[in-house]
Amino acid sequence: MSVLAVIRPDDWNFPLLVHVLGATLLVGGLLTAVVALFLGWRRQRNADAAFFGRLAFRSLLFVAFPSWWIMRIGAEWIYSREGWDDVESEPDWLGIGYITSELGGLLLLVSIILAGLGARRLARSGGETSTLLRVSTVLVTLALLGYVVAVWAMAGKPG
Amino acid sequence: MAFYDWLLALHVLAAFSLVAALVLYTVIIAASWNLSLPGDVSRMFRLSRVGDAAIAVGAVGTLVLGIWLAIDSDEYQVWDGWVIAALVLWVLSMETGRRTGAVYNAVRDRARALVAEGPDTPRPELNAMLRSTTGLAFHAATVVLIVALLVVMIYKPGA
Repeated sequence: MSVLAVIRPDDWNFPLLVHVLGATLLVGGLLTAVVALFLGWRRQRNADAAFFGRLAFRSLLFVAFPSWWIMRIGAEWIYSREGWDDVESEPDWLGIGYITSELGGLLLLVSIILAGLGARRLARSGGETSTLLRVSTVLVTLALLGYVVAVWAMAGKPG
Repeated sequence: MAFYDWLLALHVLAAFSLVAALVLYTVIIAASWNLSLPGDVSRMFRLSRVGDAAIAVGAVGTLVLGIWLAIDSDEYQVWDGWVIAALVLWVLSMETGRRTGAVYNAVRDRARALVAEGPDTPRPELNAMLRSTTGLAFHAATVVLIVALLVVMIYKPGA
């Protein structure tokens, strides 16, 4: 690994930076949303649940979603630069990265829709909790855990 | 995975924790910009507890594991220029982060005191504290320093 890092050509650095920067922002956006959703889940008062639901929705839509695209574009860029297109059998860490990236993206998209609808219904109905927000909580948590595994795989490169 | 790869994976995960905390703080600052109700401000700062934990894990993890990596590796030394640059950026970012925390912790404490005093009515002084240019400038400086740290880690100038 360290040898690879030393001999990494300079023109790989910028695509890698874009990929890593997008990934860190994505994890940050997801973490913020997870914390807000769990705080909303625990609250007894409607005002709290609606407040945290709205915050989670905005964090997913305005931070996590654009960051996913930055991460994904960076991933394709560095994938192409490193010449993985020409390799027949890709290493495990690359497969883990792809699966978590795509699946996490899908979970993120569904979570945004559910959190948006849940926060809106909660604000209108004045209820104490929203099933849609709770489902979104589970999905965002799964996506975050998946990305933590992906970070470990991309950095440690098992296999 | 070799021992070095585990160290690297944990080091990168710590870096993600650090950036995720910064994203969380940024969301809190942005989302609090127009708040003036002590209850809302106090509620918003409940998120910061997770940020505090994430930044502690990230700060200690990046430093300890980073130095360990440099000692463990044959290709890098702790006294390499880019490693020293990273250490300087780390120290500076911790100081600006500490100052940011001091500004916003004062806002949080004031909001909690106002909630305890009651009633929960708009307080322009609280909004003025939230819009503090000092706090914002220190936070922006922390973000710039951490991004610079990320750039140094990826480009490894001089390695």
